[in-house]
Amino acid sequence: MTQTPQTPQTASSGHAPGSGSTTPPLVIAGAWTLVGVPLAYGLWQTLIKAAQLLG
Amino acid sequence: MALTFLDKKRSVAGPGYSKWLIPPAALCVHLSIGQVYAFSVFKNSLVERFDTSGTAIAWIFSISIVMLGLSAAVLGTWVERSGPRKAMFASAMCWSTGFLVGSLGIATGQLWLLYLGYGVIGGIGLGIGYISPVSTLIKWFPDRPGLATGMAIMGFGGGALIASPLSTALLTLYGGSADSAGASALASTFLTLGAVYLVFMLIGASLVRVAPGHEDDEKAEHQPGRNGALVRANEAVKTRQFWALWVILFCNVAAGIGILEQAAPMIQDFFRGEGGESSVSAAEAAGFVGMLSLANMAGRFVWSSLSDKVGRKPTYMMYLGVGGVLYALMATLGQTSVGLFVVLALVILSYYGGGFATIPAYLKDMFGTLEVGAIHGRLLTAWAAAGVMGPLIVNGFLDAAGTPGQLVASDYYPALLTMVALLGVGFVANLTVTPVAEKHVDHDVAGASEQDAAPAHTTGGTR
Repeated sequence: MTQTPQTPQTASSGHAPGSGSTTPPLVIAGAWTLVGVPLAYGLWQTLIKAAQLLG
Repeated sequence: MALTFLDKKRSVAGPGYSKWLIPPAALCVHLSIGQVYAFSVFKNSLVERFDTSGTAIAWIFSISIVMLGLSAAVLGTWVERSGPRKAMFASAMCWSTGFLVGSLGIATGQLWLLYLGYGVIGGIGLGIGYISPVSTLIKWFPDRPGLATGMAIMGFGGGALIASPLSTALLTLYGGSADSAGASALASTFLTLGAVYLVFMLIGASLVRVAPGHEDDEKAEHQPGRNGALVRANEAVKTRQFWALWVILFCNVAAGIGILEQAAPMIQDFFRGEGGESSVSAAEAAGFVGMLSLANMAGRFVWSSLSDKVGRKPTYMMYLGVGGVLYALMATLGQTSVGLFVVLALVILSYYGGGFATIPAYLKDMFGTLEVGAIHGRLLTAWAAAGVMGPLIVNGFLDAAGTPGQLVASDYYPALLTMVALLGVGFVANLTVTPVAEKHVDHDVAGASEQDAAPAHTTGGTR
């Protein structure tokens, strides 16, 4: 009925990141770095603050 | 015209597009709008700038949260039909415009512009942005919806962790400080944040893709909820299950916000000696708030992912049942040890975050993926209501008990026991959740999806 080049079920059937996909791994790594770096900065700053309670 | 690249049909993933680009796209939005939880960084400086009360400034945050709930409810169906790229774009525009208008208000000394900008316009951006990636993620990860939405909604908690030190650094850069910044430093910081978030959110909008086969919801293969249920948003709000989930979310949020909003003074009050001095310093209390933020964020990912394994109902039984016991322990034994108090608060806050992140997957289990984003939007009115009610309950009891700075642990008993009762109500509501009645199911779509997707469902079932 519908023309689906790749159904969501197939897209999520447990393949490792990048397998079965044509997206370059570098693009995926870049996207995760883009969100991971600020998140790591925020986590680090919060841990420094939290250390005042533990220290 | 020029903006047609935002259309849902233009943002469908091509063959081979990696699903692992969708969570970072969602995180670009959620890390940005999560800034709202760090708004208190500006509170003292804004009180000074406008020469007004803390309550008048607190209204900016309250308006934005109420607008989040309202816009998610009203615009949920539009978000579902327009697709994630257009929704993320709209959210980015509203969120950054909110900062720009707020900056103008600070520069010209007009508080109402902050209410309008950050509160109303920014709040609309919050609501659209919060729900924009949820439905898309569920459709890309139909077998792990808790993991997928947990990753995104974790970003909302993480956004505050980033925004708080970033805002302090910007205020210092522009010649102010976190405790006392002039109009120029505040306005410049707002402008910079608006620009940074605009870029970051637009990157998310460019990365996100509609799952293949979902460009047209009427023809797409939807994954049904329990008993084959595929329910539209307008029909979902007529079901007992929707309102049970509304009560569950309301109770969980109201209880968690009670601690979150009062965290720093609360830990000091719990360990105040007879001389009126607390054994917990202000710096240690600030550290406690930081730890709570981490627990809130971690709970969103950990508990929501766990719900894929153990099921949604048992997970909420834990949030509400164990959470209630922990609140009771905090009320009765919390003052005996700082370590015990901190551990109890951390677990409670992880449940608070988990409750937010797990609810989209619970909705998917109940109503299927057909309009899960729009249903989620309507359910977020519970957040708006709890965001107002939770602090009102806690502050109401504390105001009656005495003066801030002189309260002790026993002054918190009524508020904490009220939270236990609230969680009890939520626990009972969770027990009443059963599969949706047949009459609410959209049989046209359900029939087509069952025929089309039968083989896939045998391998990709959800819990």
